[in-house]
Amino acid sequence: MNLDAALETYVVESQELLTQMEESLLAFAQGSVDAETINAVFRAAHTIKGSAGLFGLDGIVGFTHTVESVLDQVRDNTIPMSAELATLLLHCRDHMGHLVDAAASGEEIDPERAAEGAQWQGKLGKYLGKEVETATGKIGGEGAVAAFTKSATDYWHISLRFGVDVFRNGMDPLSFIRYLSTIGDIVAVIHYAHDMPPADEMDPESCYLGFEIGLRAATDKATIESAFEFVREDCRVSIVEPSSKVSDYLALIKELPDEEIRLGDILVRCGALTQHELDAAISLQTRPKLLGEILIDQKAVLQPVIQAALDKQKQVKESKGHESRFIRLDAEKLDILINRIGELVIAGAGISLSAKRAGAVELLEAAATLATLVEDVRDSALQLRMVPIGATFNRFQRVVHDVSAELGKDIALSISGADTEMDKTMVDRIGDPLMHLIRNAMDHGIEPTAARVAQGKSAKGTVRLNAYHDAGSIVIEVGDDGGGLKRERIMAKAIERGLVTADQKLSDSEVYDIIFEPGFSTAAQISNLSGRGVGMDVVKRSITDLRGTVEVESSEAAGTTIRIRLPLTLAIIDGFLVGVGKSVFVVPLDMVEECIELTPASREETKGRDFVNLRGKVLPFIQARKLFGIDDVRGRRENILVVRYAGQRAGLVVDELMGEAQTVIKPLGKLFQAVKGIGGSTILGDGRVALILDVPGLLQHVHREAIDGVLKAA
Amino acid sequence: MLIEQNMTIYTAAELKPLILAEVRGSESPEFDLAAVSEIDSAGIQLLVLARREARSAGRMLKIVGVSPAVSESLSFISLAAGTHMRREDGAPDRIAAQGNGEART
Repeated sequence: MNLDAALETYVVESQELLTQMEESLLAFAQGSVDAETINAVFRAAHTIKGSAGLFGLDGIVGFTHTVESVLDQVRDNTIPMSAELATLLLHCRDHMGHLVDAAASGEEIDPERAAEGAQWQGKLGKYLGKEVETATGKIGGEGAVAAFTKSATDYWHISLRFGVDVFRNGMDPLSFIRYLSTIGDIVAVIHYAHDMPPADEMDPESCYLGFEIGLRAATDKATIESAFEFVREDCRVSIVEPSSKVSDYLALIKELPDEEIRLGDILVRCGALTQHELDAAISLQTRPKLLGEILIDQKAVLQPVIQAALDKQKQVKESKGHESRFIRLDAEKLDILINRIGELVIAGAGISLSAKRAGAVELLEAAATLATLVEDVRDSALQLRMVPIGATFNRFQRVVHDVSAELGKDIALSISGADTEMDKTMVDRIGDPLMHLIRNAMDHGIEPTAARVAQGKSAKGTVRLNAYHDAGSIVIEVGDDGGGLKRERIMAKAIERGLVTADQKLSDSEVYDIIFEPGFSTAAQISNLSGRGVGMDVVKRSITDLRGTVEVESSEAAGTTIRIRLPLTLAIIDGFLVGVGKSVFVVPLDMVEECIELTPASREETKGRDFVNLRGKVLPFIQARKLFGIDDVRGRRENILVVRYAGQRAGLVVDELMGEAQTVIKPLGKLFQAVKGIGGSTILGDGRVALILDVPGLLQHVHREAIDGVLKAA
Repeated sequence: MLIEQNMTIYTAAELKPLILAEVRGSESPEFDLAAVSEIDSAGIQLLVLARREARSAGRMLKIVGVSPAVSESLSFISLAAGTHMRREDGAPDRIAAQGNGEART
């Protein structure tokens, strides 16, 4: 058995279960408790414990056992679920996470965490302490007392039939027996292989083994069952309690047909009947009657319970079908694919160009078809990298829950636009900045409850997370309904620090931008957004690194909204090619709004100032020739490319409009990374290098020039 | 026949024809497992197969050497010694015990 691979599977599975647990527990903490969810949490804990036992991870088994015991009693309504218990269980869940992580890295959990765990376990113990006496009596009901009686001379009988694919799934039946030997004394093992086909047909990689095991152990059935948790789908396990007669169970196992035991298992797992009852029912079973009917005849279970079990079986089948539609994939493979497609795009552009030069019509046609296909492939490849942002958003439910408890404020998180898709790399990298913004909003944005009530606001504060697509970028908003930023205080502090002068006339958004200045954010109370951990400048830098921008909108009444704009993808874009002299530049097509000709007449009209009248509106523009210091011969005509980003518009004066082209973004060398106005480079079909214009940067430049111009004039 | 590879799922496909050749080709098939440093259920299953083949041909399969790993794995399933339960055909099923016993002689 490849233990490493299996352990990895266990870790992944556990982490998924832990995430589910967290979601459910958070729901409990907010007061929505239902039996189905409690059951789900219980099962998650049970599975984690059971599989941990298989790997001999005693730390996890011990701790989770306590959690499971408490959950079991919550399930039976012996212990009521409360917000406090939910919070305690959340801490326990975290500790389980630490334990699983430690197991994954093969290290011991660090002593501080271990002490923390002991503390949670102690608290859980208090819940159990009260209930201990009633618990044993309760389980013993339904005439199954014998099944759970523990005695030193217990003799369990376990019969195992492994599925043919057990080896292929990385399991080694021996390891289960080895594990059983750690929970008790194995007194007898009979292996069983009479299903093995004749030697020549026998496939050495299929498993034909079964075992009958006698085990002497003072334990309970759940513990033994848990040993097989990991292989449950691949192995038929029957466990017969010590109190049964040997002749009974031998007959029973022989008669046990495959199909019925699955229904039986589900019933047992749901707690609708005990294994004992199931066994009794099966021993009465006659051929034509279905197990379900027998159970009802015996009044062991009610019709709805059977129906529920059957529905469950169906559900499991359906979710299996769903699962198989997904493939887990190494992200690196995807990156390689996208890189290759990038090269393909460049090569394709080269072919189109040669075709055009050669003037061969057939070749041109073929090249056009090729270009369309390449474009489609590119889009689907990029789509592969897109994931909905919802999972990242949901993680913050927990943060909001914890931080609001810490701050003593009542704050809810409202999420919208969770389906909005964005590049996986960006999703991964946006988490930390968002975390910081959310903590800030909770800590400094939302007022203490008393202050809110005094202002006539609802006592419960809200932090909003929203995402949507807009003009080739994705926008993520972090908003709160708190007191908003205090413009005067920010200005005062900024003047004090020499960041602005008192006579500078700044717009609101410029004032709010000051909070992103390095060092400013940590200036405690004044900024109203003082950070913990990373400062606002770090938030801004992480977003700039992703070629994104941040803007702040704030009002005293409605609170603050921080809007992050990110490009849709980091790899390939649709570009618009423009020529200035002999140089070619690429402008992201999503940001191009229109192209107009700059006629000599309208040039005359500008009188040397850098703006034109565009259908009655002022359009500031930049002359690319001037900006990049290009002295080549002027083109016959000049054109203005109108670009738009984040609600601002500006013109870019260029010589030639060369049309659309797919552009593979290549990073600039280190030396040029600080150059303003250039976002990257690309290779054209003819092998020339073109620079990609950084439109947000240019717009900022235009804006600043315009303000400076106004200030100078004033 | 001396087996030098590991007897695991990774080598099972390769070992099966070798083992069958020994069982079918020799009057007294023998396996020396002293050099087997790893054995799993797939390996044990091959031994089960070998013994069944040997028995159906009326021969006695001998295991003449075991490594510590083989011994450890077999010890888990050798406890039965055929006394506690019987297979449906009534014959005690005790390859592992046999293997172990003969290894010691």
